[in-house]
Amino acid sequence: MEFFIEKLITAIAFLSFTFIVLIFVFVFREAAPIFSGTTEVRKEAVVAEEQETYGEEYLGEAQQLKVAREKEKISVEAAGEGTAGLENLRGETWQPVSSHPKYGLMPLIVGSLKVTVVAILVAAPIAILAALFTSAFAPRWAKEILKPAIEVLAGIPSVVVGFFALVVMASVLQNIFGFEYRLNALVGGLALSLAVIPIIYTITEDALNAVPKVMTEASLALGATKWQTALFVVLPAATPGLFAAVLLGIGRAFGETMIVLMATGNAALLSGIVTEPVRTMSATIGAEMAEVVFGDTHYTVLFLIGSILFVFTFVLNAVAELFVRRRLMRRFSGQ
Amino acid sequence: MRSIRKTLLGISVPSLAALCAAIILLIVIVIMADIVIGGWGTLSWEFLSKVPKDGMTGGGIYPAIFGTFLLVVIMSIVGVPIGTITAIYLSEYASQRSVLARLIRFAVNTLAGVPAIVFGLFGLGFFIQFVGKGMDDVLTGGTTLKWGQPNILWASLTMALLTLPVVIVSVEEAIKTVPRELREASLALGATKWETIWKVVLPNSITGIMTGGILAVSRGAGEVAPILFTGAAYFLPKLPDALSDQFMELGYHIYIMSTQSPDVEATRGIQYATTLVLLLLTFTLNFSAIYLRHRIRSRSVG
Repeated sequence: MEFFIEKLITAIAFLSFTFIVLIFVFVFREAAPIFSGTTEVRKEAVVAEEQETYGEEYLGEAQQLKVAREKEKISVEAAGEGTAGLENLRGETWQPVSSHPKYGLMPLIVGSLKVTVVAILVAAPIAILAALFTSAFAPRWAKEILKPAIEVLAGIPSVVVGFFALVVMASVLQNIFGFEYRLNALVGGLALSLAVIPIIYTITEDALNAVPKVMTEASLALGATKWQTALFVVLPAATPGLFAAVLLGIGRAFGETMIVLMATGNAALLSGIVTEPVRTMSATIGAEMAEVVFGDTHYTVLFLIGSILFVFTFVLNAVAELFVRRRLMRRFSGQ
Repeated sequence: MRSIRKTLLGISVPSLAALCAAIILLIVIVIMADIVIGGWGTLSWEFLSKVPKDGMTGGGIYPAIFGTFLLVVIMSIVGVPIGTITAIYLSEYASQRSVLARLIRFAVNTLAGVPAIVFGLFGLGFFIQFVGKGMDDVLTGGTTLKWGQPNILWASLTMALLTLPVVIVSVEEAIKTVPRELREASLALGATKWETIWKVVLPNSITGIMTGGILAVSRGAGEVAPILFTGAAYFLPKLPDALSDQFMELGYHIYIMSTQSPDVEATRGIQYATTLVLLLLTFTLNFSAIYLRHRIRSRSVG
C-alpha cells in the first residue's frame, strides 16, 4: 500500500515534466511540415543569394540593395505558390490570406522586437529604481503602499491592460504627440511595460534584499551615505539578479499576446519607426489561428511562429534561472 | 566642488527612485479609477443576470460570467489535485538532490515561463487535434466531429496546465510551514509516511491548497490567449450544457467587444462594465489569497 502510493505520487508529479515534453513535441509537430518537402525551394534560395553577390561588384550600394530586394521578391514569389518554403518565410511581406499567400516572418519578428524594446526601455528603469527605493530609502508607510500597488498591478489581467491601452492610453498619447496612427508600436510597448514592471520589480527587490546585511553595514560604517551605499554597494552586488529580472521581463514582453493584440494596430509593416502600427508574432497567432484551416500552410506557419516564441522564452528562462541565479548564490555565499 | 556634487547626487538619487515608485502608484490608481468610473454606470443586476441582446449592443453578460465560472471550476477540478500531489512529492518524498526532483522543478519553472499563447497552441495541437480527433475516431469511427473541435473541456484543461505552477508553488510553501515536530510525533506513534501526510501534513496545509486554488482561479479567469482558439465563442444563444460545447468568457468578451464589435463606440459602456466585473472578480480572489497566505505565514512564525 505504502509503496503503491509513493509510486503513484511520483508518477503524478512527473506529469508536469511530461507536459513540458508534450508541449515541445506537439507545437513542433504541427510546425514540422514546413521543413519537409521544401528541399527544392532551398536550392532556389541558394541560387538567388549567389546572384546577389555578383551584383556587389558592379553596382553602387543603393542600387545593389534595390536589386537584392527585387531578386528576393522574385524568389519569394517563385517559392510562394501556396507553400511556405524557407525563402518565403524570409520574405518581407506577411500576407497569408491572398491568392499568392506570402509568409514573410520579418515584419512580425521586427514587430515583436520593436514592442519588446520599448516595453523594456520603459519598464526596466522604473521598476529597478522603484525596487531600489523600497529596499534602500523608503519609510515604512511608503513600502506598505507600494507593495500592494505592485501586487494589484501584477493582478490586472492582460486583457484589461490591453483594453485600457486601446481605449484610454492610445487616445491620450495621440492627443499629446500627434501620432499619425492612434494604435502603434509605442502605445503597445508602453502598455506592455505595465505588465513587465511587476516582474522586474519583484525579482529586483528579491535580489536587492538578498545582498548580505554585512555589506551594507560595512559600507555605512566606512562613512558612506545611504544613497552611496545603495548605488555603489547594493546595486552592483545584485547585478546578476537585475540581469535575471530584465531577461524574464523580456521573455514576458515577447510572449504577451492580448496587450499587443489590442494596442499595436496589427498591421504587418516592416519599418524601423516606432510610431507606426506593428503586428507582433504572438498577436499574429492570436488573431489568425481561429480562422485557418487545420493542417494547411498558414496553420503550419502559425505553429512555427509559436515554436519560435516557445524556444525563445525557454532559452531566456533557462539562462535567467541556471546561469544568473547560481552566480548570485555563489557570490553571496562568499566563494 | 566635490561636496556640491555629492549633495546633488544625494538628493537626486533617492528622489529619482521615489519618483519611479510614485509613477507606478499613479498608473495603478489611474487604471483602476478609469475602469471603475467608466463601468459603474452600466453595472447593474440586470447587466449581470441577462443575456446579450440587439446584436450584442445591449443586454447583459450572464453567459460570459457563467462560462468563466464553468471554465475555472473544471480547471480547478483537474489542476488543484495534480498540483497538490506534485507539491507533496517535491517536499515530502523527493530528496533535493535527486535527478527526478530537479527535473520536475525545472519543468514547473519552465511551465511558468511559457507564453500563454503557446499553451493555446498546445491545446489546439494536443487536446483538440490529437486527443479529440482520436476520441472521435474511436467513438464514432471519425464520422462526426464532436470532440475534435474547440470546446470548454479542452479550454479548461489547457488553462489547468497554465495554472499548474501557481498551485504547486503555493502548496509547497504551505507544506513547508508544517512544523517538523508534528511529522515526527506522528511517525513516532507508528504512523506510516503516507498516513502522516494524509492525517497530519495535508490537514495542516489546507489553507495553502486553498490559496493555490484561488490564485489559479484568478489567473485562469484573467487569461484570454489560451482560450482564443480552444473553446471561447463570440456569441452563443444558449449556455453550455455539455463538456463538448463552446462557451462565452469575460476576458474574451472584453477583447471581442472592444476590437471586433460592429459599433465599438456604442458598446463602450458594456465593455467598461465587463472589464469592471472581471477586475472585481480577480481582485476579490487575489485579496482572499493574500489574506490566507498571511494567516499561514503568521502561523509559521508564532
